[in-house]
Amino acid sequence: MEFIKPNVNINFVGNRVKAYIVSGLLILLTVVSLLIHGGPNYGIDFAGGILVQVRFTQPTDAADIKKALAPLGMDQSLVQGFGDKKNNEFLIRNERSGLELQGLSDRVRTTLAKTYGKGKVEVRRVEMVGPKVGKDLREKALLAIFYAIIMIAVYISGRFEQKWGLAAVMAGVLVGATLLVQALITAMGGEEGIAMVLLILTALVVTVGACWLLKLRYALGAIVALIHDVVITVGVFSLLDKEFTLATVAALLTIIGYSLNDTIIVYDRIRENLKKSGKQPLGETINASINQTLSRTILTSGTTLLVLACLFILGGGVIEDFALALLVGVVVGTYSSIFVASPVLLLLPEGRPMVIRRSEPARAAAVRPEPLAAQAAPTQVSAGKAASAARQKRSKKSGRKGKRR
Amino acid sequence: MPKNFFMKSTLVAVVVILALLYLVPTIGGGKLPAWWTNTLPSDRVRLGLDLQGGMHLILEVETQKAVAASVERSSQELQRKIQDDNIRAIRPQAGKDNTISLVLLHNNDRAKLEDLVKRDYPDYAVASSRTLEDGKIQMILQLTAKAAKHIAEQASTQALETIRNRVDQFGVSEPEILPQSEGRILIQLPGVKDPQRAVALIGKTAQLEFKLVDDSVNPATVTKATLPPGDEILDMYRRDHASGRVDKEPIVVHRRVAMTGATITDARVQMDSQYNQPYVSVAFDRAGARQFADITTRNVKKRLAIILDGKVQSAPVIQEPITGGEARISGDFTMEEARDLAVVLRSGALPAPVKILEERTVGPSLGQDSIDKGLLSMVVGFCLVVAFILLYYRLAGVFANLALLLNLVIITGALAAFQATLTLPGIAGIILTIGMAVDANVLIFERVREELRMGKTPFAAVEAGYGKATLTILDANITTLIAALVLFQFGTGPIRGFAVTLTIGIASSLFTAITFTRLLFDLYLHQFRPRRLLI
Repeated sequence: MEFIKPNVNINFVGNRVKAYIVSGLLILLTVVSLLIHGGPNYGIDFAGGILVQVRFTQPTDAADIKKALAPLGMDQSLVQGFGDKKNNEFLIRNERSGLELQGLSDRVRTTLAKTYGKGKVEVRRVEMVGPKVGKDLREKALLAIFYAIIMIAVYISGRFEQKWGLAAVMAGVLVGATLLVQALITAMGGEEGIAMVLLILTALVVTVGACWLLKLRYALGAIVALIHDVVITVGVFSLLDKEFTLATVAALLTIIGYSLNDTIIVYDRIRENLKKSGKQPLGETINASINQTLSRTILTSGTTLLVLACLFILGGGVIEDFALALLVGVVVGTYSSIFVASPVLLLLPEGRPMVIRRSEPARAAAVRPEPLAAQAAPTQVSAGKAASAARQKRSKKSGRKGKRR
Repeated sequence: MPKNFFMKSTLVAVVVILALLYLVPTIGGGKLPAWWTNTLPSDRVRLGLDLQGGMHLILEVETQKAVAASVERSSQELQRKIQDDNIRAIRPQAGKDNTISLVLLHNNDRAKLEDLVKRDYPDYAVASSRTLEDGKIQMILQLTAKAAKHIAEQASTQALETIRNRVDQFGVSEPEILPQSEGRILIQLPGVKDPQRAVALIGKTAQLEFKLVDDSVNPATVTKATLPPGDEILDMYRRDHASGRVDKEPIVVHRRVAMTGATITDARVQMDSQYNQPYVSVAFDRAGARQFADITTRNVKKRLAIILDGKVQSAPVIQEPITGGEARISGDFTMEEARDLAVVLRSGALPAPVKILEERTVGPSLGQDSIDKGLLSMVVGFCLVVAFILLYYRLAGVFANLALLLNLVIITGALAAFQATLTLPGIAGIILTIGMAVDANVLIFERVREELRMGKTPFAAVEAGYGKATLTILDANITTLIAALVLFQFGTGPIRGFAVTLTIGIASSLFTAITFTRLLFDLYLHQFRPRRLLI
């Protein structure tokens, strides 16, 4: 059986501008949604507060539950039905910061038992997180995502371009820049929420900038795709007004790892094809590589989506959001490895991801690209911005014109 | 025979047998024969709190309060020492920032005081002194930062020890109590039936104090202004047994602590035959018994207030000197309250109150639901993937599916072998691994197909397919592995369980998808020497 015929030839690279527009719009939508919602909708893991899952033996409704909890100052709680309606199961959630959390879970149990009668209500789950812990977890989560991206960037640059040294330098620069910004923010006494956003923004800008300057092309492509995937997944969650919990962050981290799988498959094929077909313009090589690996990209994501869909539908309410985040992430990750990660390689100056001088025997250059690349790098770094921009324009054109180059 | 055939098949056989050995206890339940449990692995897969139900707590020891209490004790002690040394001063008072302030009546007592501080209070230093308008001198002593830190650290350690004692007596199997950074304590109580009671028991400070009642003051009319110096007003709680209502009434006691519960060696519940009421009898060690005898001898016919965490439990009249080293704490307890009180008194007081920073409780029924639903989605997901791979790759699909099955066996066996905890996200991790494990085979098979299309023989195509795809597969999985490791570092509890299964799953899927299926291919190609490969 074959879904995708071996001779498939879709012009992905030629249509990349359309893909950029789609991605750009999705990212814009994310930003707008985040702005409208006033940032991510933090669950109690990060915001602090209390979540109680209760099951009643008799039908009741949200308004009644709220009324019962009024003496605790919890009448503003969010009460939602949970799972099947006939189960009479509800989630009570309260993220108000003014709430006295000490002993609150106890009081909720006692109060509900008093209203509905003993044995008529079963408290199945309580999650209570103090504001201090919530803040700690928020910082830890952002740092985890940040470190995951750096480590993967280092791995990709080292593995794909044999530039372990440069990759390490980049990681060092990045960590340094982040620490500097963090120190600055602390010194200025900035607000914690904004500080973290600033920090992440700096980190991302520095990462992308460092990749650009150091000519770590594959790393740049991979990181752009990663950021793209994470941002859009966050956007979907924000649009659906889903909560950000520890599980969501775990899902995001998994996406960071997994969505790269497809990208790496395409990159590997690009490198392989570059060794074989020296004369072909880069755009064509990339497009051919995407097409050649298309069936496995779709299949690998397909099987993963299949099991994730099972988890989403059958796994129950506790794991639902986690499965959803993974589903969205895998879909976006598959899209990005076809439409974003590979065409981004063309964005760079010089156009060619591997600095291979055609005057030399292609074979030798392909076997030992590292000394050449290392020589090329410093001159590129010292080149002015305008020059590199000009080169970029030129390379775009030549990329399309192809063989005349 | 194919090259390395013997080595590879031995490796696969060893892994399969090991995995099965570790899996048996989990499947067989508790009914394994003795010869098995004596010689072979008998650990079952450990379930996380979210699957078996239980409680996860993060407590913070309010060590500042322990420091403040120590300063308060020092100030009371200083009062006595000042009298002993004939220093004329107004009563020392503990204040903010770990300070004790006192006012000297005469300037010439100053040197004496400084000597006293140097000799008996090396942890304190004179922070400031100033001459008041009437010629008196105000001195402020401050606990040094080093000493304060030491007290705080000791309080954390002691709190950890005390909580451990209490949890042990509460009877939870395999509790986990771990110190965290910043004086926090992580407590995991799997399968705890009554979380409310557990919190009450663990979180009770249980500071027992005995203070003498000042009967010269009428507690009903006294105000802050008319309160004699050195006295304080506390609340005494009484429960009406008929209505269950709790009333409180004020009671005036001497601020000075006559005795604490620090010397208690034992506490047990007894029944008062007269009122049919449980009470707790406590026994002191020898020094404590002597102290208690001394107090009761000197204060016969006076009332002694028994105070637990600032609440007066009872204030009985001392009828006669008690020299047996035993005291009785009665206070309208229910049987269960009395039992818990005995537990906390036996295990000792917490050096400072604890605050619950985080609490997560999962009832056992929800845990079972999660297991059922998790397993259901795992089985359905597995079947769908198996069916799809079979349809798409036919014979090669059979190989991939066998690898997938083996993969599940290895993951579960490894979980039991490493005694890693399986959580609900952990099950999700296994499910995700099912989807990802076939990825490797998809990559190999697609490559083999490509090579076949280029006209290679089945032998050559399989050889090339595995050779070229392996590196790509490694690359792709290493990034996921990096993410899983970061996740392990970042996550606690359930999330960590996900990182664990994901990591194990990636490792074992690399093994099954690359080594195991290759072995099957080699066997098939050598046995049947097919001219066409069903892939």
